[in-house]
Amino acid sequence: MITASDSLVLSGLRRFGAVTLFLVRLVRQIVPALGRPRLIIHQIYNAGARSLIIIMLSGTFTGAVLALQGENLLRRFGSEEALGVAAALALLRELGPVLTALLFAGRAGTSLTSEIGLMRATDQLTAMQIMAVDPLRYVVVPRFLGGVIAMPLLTMVFDAVGLFGAQLVGVQMEGVDRGSFWSQMQSAVELRDVNEGFIKSIAFGVMCSLIAVYEGYHTVPTAEGVGLATTRTVVASSVLILLVDYMLTAAFL
Amino acid sequence: MTQPELPPPASGAAGDDVVVDVRDVDYSVGGRAIFSGLTLQACRGRITAVMGPSGAGKTTLLRLITAQVSPERGQVSVWGHDVARMSGRKVFAMRRRMGMLFQNGALLTDLDVFENVAFPLREHTDLTEPLIRALVLTKLNAVGLRGAARLMPAELSGGMARRVALARAVVMDPELLIYDEPFVGLDPIGLGVILRLIKQMNEALGITSIVVSHDVRELASIAHQSYLLADGRVVAAGTPAELNVSDSPIVRQFMSGNPDGPAPFHYPAPDYRAQLIDGKDL
Repeated sequence: MITASDSLVLSGLRRFGAVTLFLVRLVRQIVPALGRPRLIIHQIYNAGARSLIIIMLSGTFTGAVLALQGENLLRRFGSEEALGVAAALALLRELGPVLTALLFAGRAGTSLTSEIGLMRATDQLTAMQIMAVDPLRYVVVPRFLGGVIAMPLLTMVFDAVGLFGAQLVGVQMEGVDRGSFWSQMQSAVELRDVNEGFIKSIAFGVMCSLIAVYEGYHTVPTAEGVGLATTRTVVASSVLILLVDYMLTAAFL
Repeated sequence: MTQPELPPPASGAAGDDVVVDVRDVDYSVGGRAIFSGLTLQACRGRITAVMGPSGAGKTTLLRLITAQVSPERGQVSVWGHDVARMSGRKVFAMRRRMGMLFQNGALLTDLDVFENVAFPLREHTDLTEPLIRALVLTKLNAVGLRGAARLMPAELSGGMARRVALARAVVMDPELLIYDEPFVGLDPIGLGVILRLIKQMNEALGITSIVVSHDVRELASIAHQSYLLADGRVVAAGTPAELNVSDSPIVRQFMSGNPDGPAPFHYPAPDYRAQLIDGKDL
């Protein structure tokens, strides 16, 4: 007899299988879709450039808070010069990719889902199929690739403005020595720290974009359906970002 | 693409090639039977009207013909090929030879009118930009919207959107053109324009047309062959003139728009009095 928890597990597995199959279909269409670079560039602009303001604002304040908290903590041990290292490592390895991905899911992810969902609800995807144009190739893959490419770029911007925010508060306002702040950061941060953040941002980019386009493509074609799909995108992306972040961090350490 | 071998002409349409052949089709959605034993044909160069009350499955029939769904039983053939057995590649090859006008136009909202009409040309041909421009402007001129080429779909009225969609549907010069409720929500001028265009394209280009609608009078003026759907099957077939003089109660009810007759106007419901006065649950 199947219990409620079994049923939940089964439905989760079924969903995982469906998303994986969808990913396989997407991957098969990537090479043909690369023949239309303008569509992909347009989607990088949509997902990336249009998220810049929210990413830069969030990055600056994250760095600023990091500096406040870090300086307070490090001062207790008399090692506030290490603030630059602490901020850089926290941003590059953890906060940069994770917060960028969460913000991406909320801004670009919901936009992707609702856009594709509305195209489904207004028969635009069906019209493409009837015109013998595969909507996966024309609509979904460019948006997916746009998200995957935009995520590491946004993470780099988040890290850079985060460090600027940390420097602004730590050095300019809290009086940490400027030379120590930058030199310790330079000597302690290694390439593997940068790589960890980069790999995480790629993984989150694939995951968030895949969830967003999957939910949009499989939207129930009603106003309520589009709303539910958008909500599912944010919830699933947010939970999976934190789960995958834990797994990747454990793998890197 | 090579022309598929055509099936023999349908009975009752001697000398005509059958382009679309729906034979004994069963189809249901969520356990509710939409079609049971549906059989009809659309012949080359003819305008075939498919009429029926709302919910009779007219749009579902178009989904079957365009291979968006497959029948549970029976066969849907287009140009002699069973669409349910076609590979994805063959379905796309078949669709390149057909055009479809959607009920709501289904224009791509991120492209302007010109690019919407140019879309199939850009996707399926290697035509030069001047040639694409000339073809698109010709089609837009035919529907009276050459001047609206740079408008976005959101800036169009419902009737204009339908006309742009028609221009897009014919830009590849399809052999089969399918219209899903082309007259809904049109003002008398727009309706007249669409009617004239359907007729002109059929006469001038020999396009086989399937028009799904419940606008009996409009269809009667252009259709060569009509089918009336009800209860999941064809309840009457013939020319519009034949349907007009039919003795069948359901045909008479539909053609005269009478709410009383074999086709119920009301969805099945409990007793009206009990619900209204006694407060019986909905």
